[in-house]
Amino acid sequence: MTTRVGFAGIGAAAAAVWLMLPPVGDNLRSTTELVELVPVALGILAIAAGIWVVSRGERKVGWAAIVCGFLGIVLGLAAAQASMDDHAAVFVWSSLIAATLRAATPLVFAAIGGLFSERSGVVNIALEGMMLAGAFFGIWGADRLGHWALGLLTAAAAGGVLALVHAFFSIHVRADQIVAGTAINFLALGLTGYLYIDIYGDEGTPTEVSTIPSVHIAFLEDVYFLGPIFGDMNLMIWLALATVVGSWVVLFRTPVGLRLRSVGEHPRAAETLGISVYGIRYAAVVVSGILAALGGAYLSIGFVGSFGENMTVGRGFIALAALIFGMWKPFGAFGAALLFGFSSALARSLPEYSEQAALLFETLPYVLTLIAVGGLIGRSIPPAAIGRTYQKQ
Amino acid sequence: MSQVDTAPVDEAPTVAVGRYQQAGGFLTALITTLLAFLVGGLVVVATTGRNPLPVYRGIFDGTGLTWLIHPLVDVRTIGGTHDLYRTEADAVAVAAISLQQTLILTTTLILTGLAVAFAFRAGLFNIGGQGQYLIGIMVAVGIGTSFAGMPRGLHVLLGLVCAALAGALWAGIAGLMRATVGAHEVITTIMLNWIAYWIASYAFSLGGPLQSDTQTSVPISNDVVDSAKLHVLWGGLQGLHIGFLLALGALAAFWALINRSTLGFGMRAVGHNPEAARYGGISVGRSYFLAMAIAGGFAGLAGAVDLLGWQHRYGVSDVQGAELGFVGIAVALLGRNTAFGILCSSLLFGALLTGANTRNLDPSIFDPELAGNLTLIIQGLVVLFVGADLLVISIWRARRRLPLPRRRPREVRA
Repeated sequence: MTTRVGFAGIGAAAAAVWLMLPPVGDNLRSTTELVELVPVALGILAIAAGIWVVSRGERKVGWAAIVCGFLGIVLGLAAAQASMDDHAAVFVWSSLIAATLRAATPLVFAAIGGLFSERSGVVNIALEGMMLAGAFFGIWGADRLGHWALGLLTAAAAGGVLALVHAFFSIHVRADQIVAGTAINFLALGLTGYLYIDIYGDEGTPTEVSTIPSVHIAFLEDVYFLGPIFGDMNLMIWLALATVVGSWVVLFRTPVGLRLRSVGEHPRAAETLGISVYGIRYAAVVVSGILAALGGAYLSIGFVGSFGENMTVGRGFIALAALIFGMWKPFGAFGAALLFGFSSALARSLPEYSEQAALLFETLPYVLTLIAVGGLIGRSIPPAAIGRTYQKQ
Repeated sequence: MSQVDTAPVDEAPTVAVGRYQQAGGFLTALITTLLAFLVGGLVVVATTGRNPLPVYRGIFDGTGLTWLIHPLVDVRTIGGTHDLYRTEADAVAVAAISLQQTLILTTTLILTGLAVAFAFRAGLFNIGGQGQYLIGIMVAVGIGTSFAGMPRGLHVLLGLVCAALAGALWAGIAGLMRATVGAHEVITTIMLNWIAYWIASYAFSLGGPLQSDTQTSVPISNDVVDSAKLHVLWGGLQGLHIGFLLALGALAAFWALINRSTLGFGMRAVGHNPEAARYGGISVGRSYFLAMAIAGGFAGLAGAVDLLGWQHRYGVSDVQGAELGFVGIAVALLGRNTAFGILCSSLLFGALLTGANTRNLDPSIFDPELAGNLTLIIQGLVVLFVGADLLVISIWRARRRLPLPRRRPREVRA
């Protein structure tokens, strides 16, 4: 039964491409304008089927269906743009991948930040607020201090301070961590909006502000396909990749990481061994604030070049979703962030076909996460002591 | 401290609920609010260098609450707006309109606050009020803009009931997932919020299913037809509508349901201790689902009342600016999830939002855009300090050598 669903998913993915190919595709195009929705819908169906199958234990077929679903969306959309020559196709693909990395970068920073906090046992739904604070203070710092690097430092400091507030209320005061996180989100939204209006008013942030540069790699530049993606990538994207690897090393290959994880699994046992539960948790939450703020700063001074009120529009929550979807693991979170980044990049290139389809596409990360927490709950196990306050002996 | 070792993962909010209920008192809520306003005032001083008291007075003037005492006192002498109005009658008329707006927002906040509080009493944290509210709005727009010619009462009823049902179904997804696979409702409701946000953005965007067919270049819906508009009790255009009474009725229903019904008893039992409730023969899963569904029903109703009562149309910019669902969290927490508390705190936040509104706050006193963000800061501080209430109370109790709730037996410490 389960394998059959998996194969049906693979079939749906194949149909996504087949329906778009010339004979059928041309007929479809003549009947409806929203023809691009067909491969997207079928692909999502295949992915959903795959996730369901994986959760039932048939991992091979399930993952095959998931991968086929993505390929179905991608190839189907590619086939839908009929008269495209090879050169243009390469351009589209490399630019789509580059856009994926750009969209994923803020998510990666925030998700890895959340990883530190949640692995230590402190729920951080305030990633959104910390990101927003990073976005504002990043551009403010870069504007006032004249250099993007100082902007990043300002952002990190702001995120760290906000995280410190979260940590104090969640750890020392032993307030409900979700309540505290909600409060931080409100605070950050109000504070950044207030300061933005107060400082920049109607004119908006200055256009000539110092922004984070791209890293120019000369030998990669002219390489086929890879050149347009990696040849001139923003510094923050490289940093994000380094953060993923770094967080894995720290969390899973160092004593500090072991302590952090033990505090998140069983704080009492950890304390018995002489580990400072409060100390580790404070550090982890502050690190999460700093990383989330760096992700936000990338948005304002790396990607867009300006700030707008509530400019993160839920990206912090997508990062939280990536963390859960990635099962509280660095590379899992990274993979999920890439997936969500891809869906967002695709959503951004969809308006050429259909503006509405693009808007609906924005729901994809959230829908997938819902499916994941619903179907994969047996596998997506949060740290045991997450969300629970701890009182020192 | 004992819960750290023994309680299953998902009991943390539950324990908190129990403590919030015990932590009692109107006084702590008052202190929380004053502290939040104090820190908000410090922000004003730090950024603009201005005395925050006139700012708060300007916001208070904009709430229209002065209208309540106008037969006794010349309202112009209360606020700082003496020069703005030629006669007292003018000032009273303006105050009346402001007060209507305050009460309209109070109406919505009561309902979105109930959406949080009801789930809270069953030990669930419904952060999804915003999404459920938007779903209610969409259904109300769909029904309110069609079926022209239907009898008025029937049309209104259809809109309200369908919106509440839709909100209930939307929140029910989270309740069902919690009941069946144990997916944490905080995560699922956050996801559902954003799904609703993007669906609504799509629905009202150009060419979207709910976008106007007469104004095809504006991302906004058609106007609700007259037969679907709520009866206005007081005032003219955008006056106080009958939804206010509905919200008060909902408060009473909430109180009765929680305190006087078997269903409510079961929910409170589940909220305090799911394991014990299960041993007591209460279906925990069913309680979770029903708690979320009823909570979502309140939020969906909030959307319908807002739309059919005074907004009458909705657009993409409204979706982006919508916040009343989120404010419901602050309302419920400050009101400690009790009916009377929610009434008071929704009046507070309704007044604050109205007073800081562009239309009501005199820009020469304070920039309304700044004031709008100041209200967000105050909201955040209120929520933050509500969490800290616990600390204050536990210190206070310890000082008075009263036993702390859930104190651990001595011998374990050794």
